[in-house]
Amino acid sequence: MNYFAFLIEHGPTLLLGTVTTIKVLICATILYVIISIIFGLMRLSKNPMIQGTATVYIEFFRGTSLLVQLFWFYYVLPFFGLTLEAFTAGVVAIGMNFGAYGAEIVRGGILAVPKGQWEGAFALNFSPAKRMRRIIIPQIFPIILPPAANLTVELLKATALVALVTVVDLTFEAKQINSITWLSAQCFGTALLIYYIISRFFLVPFLRWLEVLAANKVGKGKV
Amino acid sequence: MNAEWRWEFAFEILPKMLWATLNTIMAAGIGYSIAAVVGLLFLLGQKTPYKAVNAIVREIVEFIRSTPLLIQLFFVYFVGPQFGITLSAWVSAMITIGLHFGTYLSEVYRGALEGVAKTQWEACRALNFTTLYTYRRIVLPQAFPIAIPGMGNYLVGIFKDTPLLSTIGVAELFHAATAVGGYHYRYLEPYTIVGIIFLILSVPAAMGIRKLERSVNKAQGKVKN
Repeated sequence: MNYFAFLIEHGPTLLLGTVTTIKVLICATILYVIISIIFGLMRLSKNPMIQGTATVYIEFFRGTSLLVQLFWFYYVLPFFGLTLEAFTAGVVAIGMNFGAYGAEIVRGGILAVPKGQWEGAFALNFSPAKRMRRIIIPQIFPIILPPAANLTVELLKATALVALVTVVDLTFEAKQINSITWLSAQCFGTALLIYYIISRFFLVPFLRWLEVLAANKVGKGKV
Repeated sequence: MNAEWRWEFAFEILPKMLWATLNTIMAAGIGYSIAAVVGLLFLLGQKTPYKAVNAIVREIVEFIRSTPLLIQLFFVYFVGPQFGITLSAWVSAMITIGLHFGTYLSEVYRGALEGVAKTQWEACRALNFTTLYTYRRIVLPQAFPIAIPGMGNYLVGIFKDTPLLSTIGVAELFHAATAVGGYHYRYLEPYTIVGIIFLILSVPAAMGIRKLERSVNKAQGKVKN
């Protein structure tokens, strides 16, 4: 069977899997961004309880393997009476894992805002909440977006793991086709290519565009 | 099935898990050694005098970096037999980890080399040092400390990615947990123990690396305040 015949027969199945992969990517990205911001801010809190909670969360999720967390969410939580659907378990595990990494990026970004900005806001008698919202947060985006973009590409790659908890994504379909046809080079090669195309021609350009947008917004863009 | 944690079961399976941990550490160690060398090759491949070669190597690195390790594992493991080459699970796992993390380490090396101030090169030029001598005595001793934190991070990274190897049947920690869990039909204790072992090993390692990073930054005079 040549490669074109393979594509015609199995291409649609792989594309269907790709749609699921993209769904996981989008849902997990939204979740991880929210978690990053919340825990990044909690890490900077002066209250030791709040800060401690965030530190434990971050160390826990960064210290264990994503696959272990994923299996824990999918196979162990039912023991406690909480049964998650495979898709939900995948999104939650990936979102929480990457949220831990993202929280550190957010924290670093907030700390990297020049001290004069904090002092200026203080001198103008802004409340702490307003200072964060109007002065500090808008300035962190050009700082955090480059590392966050790297993290998001890592997240795309991590979505492949959800196949191991039976989410029918691109990896899962590739595995299925492989076990039927044993044309490993074709099906895994195509899957690799699809991941590459998503990352190289869609995800990365989009994230670069966001970076430029954020830099322009605070007047740091290239003219 | 109930949510109760059974200590006797946990202790019964613990020795098996600890043995499997040795396999995990071994896989991470061997994989890392290969990746360290492969990373150097990828770096050199991007610094040849031929622009076409550099571009091709660059694209290969990009390709490996932007595709999932899991499918790369399947690819290396399953494609060989199709062409009459049979690789054992361990060999394919080490090849894949070496290639995958080699691309990341090549970036670390590159960053470290670029971290050495350009004036150092110019001074060596002025002193009429050969390129080799410049690298050996001036640039590399300064680049190495910059690379240490990044290299350490990827060591921990490889360690945390070893559970993926269980998918092609490498008998490491996660594989043992799945086997034990399937045998007794109890996943609570095995997977929790795996998580704890990972925490015990990787949190102190990550802390050590962060400490190292700070001391390196201090030694380089790049500390804030």
